[in-house]
Amino acid sequence: MKLVTAIIKPFKLDDVREALSGIGVQGITVTEVKGFGRQKGHTELYRGAEYVVDFLPKVKLEIAVDDSLVDKVVEAICSTANTGKIGDGKIFIYDLERAIRIRTGEIGPSAL
Amino acid sequence: MTRTMQAITRFGLLWLILLVPTLALAQLEPTLEPAETMVALVEEAAEAAEPTLDSGDTAWMLTATALVLFMTLPGLSLFYAGLVRAKNVLSVLMQCFAMAGLMSIIWAVYGYSLAFTDGGTFNQWIGSLDKLFLAGVTVDSLEGTIPETVFMTFQMTFAIITPALIVGAFAERMKFSAMLWFMALWLTLVYIPVAHWVWGGGWMEEMGALDFAGGTVVHINAGVAALVAALVLGKRKGYPTTAMPPHNLTLTVIGAAMLWVGWFGFNAGSELAANGTAGMAMAVTQLATATAVLTWMFAEWIDHGKPSVLGIATGAVAGLVSITPAAGSVGPMGAIAIGFLGALFAFLASTKIKKALGYDDSLDVWGVHGVAGIVGALLTGVFVAASLGGVGLEEGMTMGQQVWVQFVSVVATLVYGGVMSFILLKVVDLIVGLRVTEEQETQGLDLALHDERGYSL
Repeated sequence: MKLVTAIIKPFKLDDVREALSGIGVQGITVTEVKGFGRQKGHTELYRGAEYVVDFLPKVKLEIAVDDSLVDKVVEAICSTANTGKIGDGKIFIYDLERAIRIRTGEIGPSAL
Repeated sequence: MTRTMQAITRFGLLWLILLVPTLALAQLEPTLEPAETMVALVEEAAEAAEPTLDSGDTAWMLTATALVLFMTLPGLSLFYAGLVRAKNVLSVLMQCFAMAGLMSIIWAVYGYSLAFTDGGTFNQWIGSLDKLFLAGVTVDSLEGTIPETVFMTFQMTFAIITPALIVGAFAERMKFSAMLWFMALWLTLVYIPVAHWVWGGGWMEEMGALDFAGGTVVHINAGVAALVAALVLGKRKGYPTTAMPPHNLTLTVIGAAMLWVGWFGFNAGSELAANGTAGMAMAVTQLATATAVLTWMFAEWIDHGKPSVLGIATGAVAGLVSITPAAGSVGPMGAIAIGFLGALFAFLASTKIKKALGYDDSLDVWGVHGVAGIVGALLTGVFVAASLGGVGLEEGMTMGQQVWVQFVSVVATLVYGGVMSFILLKVVDLIVGLRVTEEQETQGLDLALHDERGYSL
């Protein structure tokens, strides 16, 4: 099993969710996050007071999947979250040691 | 970018070019001597007769009074609420609301009496205590052609909004208890005397100072108190290195819009009658504000490259402030000139000069109300001239003399209001302390002082 973490542009969330559902992903955890990468921030001006906003809002997805699905998941995210512009985000993949469904106590891929 | 800049500059120039002929046109107005004589005759006749209640005037003044209260609750409250950070939103709403309560009671107990009765020997400086606890203000008492109750309540709404304006200067850091102490003392020792000087038969009125709806009494007074308060309390923690952007400009725009609408009650209501002067006050209020809105918008566009929502809303307030002293004296084209200059100077004061000097007048009470108030008060002396479309100077008064009188009243208000505010703040600091602790300031005043949060999302 793998845990796929993807940081994407917020307005791409719906597209990505649809694509992931389409390839059989059963669940996603979504968090609103802020951060910076190579995309620069922006400045805001209020009555002459200028603020540089370094941290930009992004959405973080966490998707736990069986090994067989990982490549499809990556492909689905890459194709839907891509705008071709700087700031589209990143995908990180980790090994997932165990997964447990709390309600039934199932362990392993069947818990996903 | 350069193309946008060129386009903007062209717009700006067009704007200036429009102003010049309007001023020239104002000078071409035909003289209406026969009509004026008629008016004078009618007025004399009216003076001779015992004043009676006019239901038209009364209906308008009931409405105007409600409009001016609406400027504070919720207009100014929302204007300010949107400008602070989310953790302090309730604190400024609370401060404005508390003003509506506290000032009404002070006004009824002694404020109205001291401001608007004849003080005998001391009438130059202060009124009497004849109407303490509103003694003698009955169902039947009249002030001109309206019930005195309406006049008293109308003036009460001015005594509410003026201290509420000052709230913006020390937002996000003043103790609520200290704010109540300071405001009660300030109304008593600053607002009431100055209101008497200008409107209650005091020395400024005798000198011939023109202040139709409160340029000196309300805006310069609140502005200088705000500046002094910002200096005495000191900067907010982290200012100016920490970002402190407005948390909800939507609220601010709604508040500014309510102020604009409510200001018709403030300015046109200051005639205390539903007549031609009130009508002209309404028209010039709209024109000055419209000009100021465009002035601030283009100034920011030229200066920064983009026009901003906060800028256009602030421009509206600057325009409304600058026309306030002039509303009953100037004509439409004079109003356009006053709105333009009022907004221009307020723009420079709150976006450039404040930054250069480094004081933390958090919501720009001095920059907008103080500065636009001064510009308006001085220009009233210019555009009152019949040759510039105004109602005409008092007999025997030259434009230079009128401007000098205006200047003296501005300086007197600045000095008296500034010094008294400083003393009162120091006194309150000794009694209860002015500032919240650093920890409370970081936590936000909503939780620290009121055990509440504005937003539970």
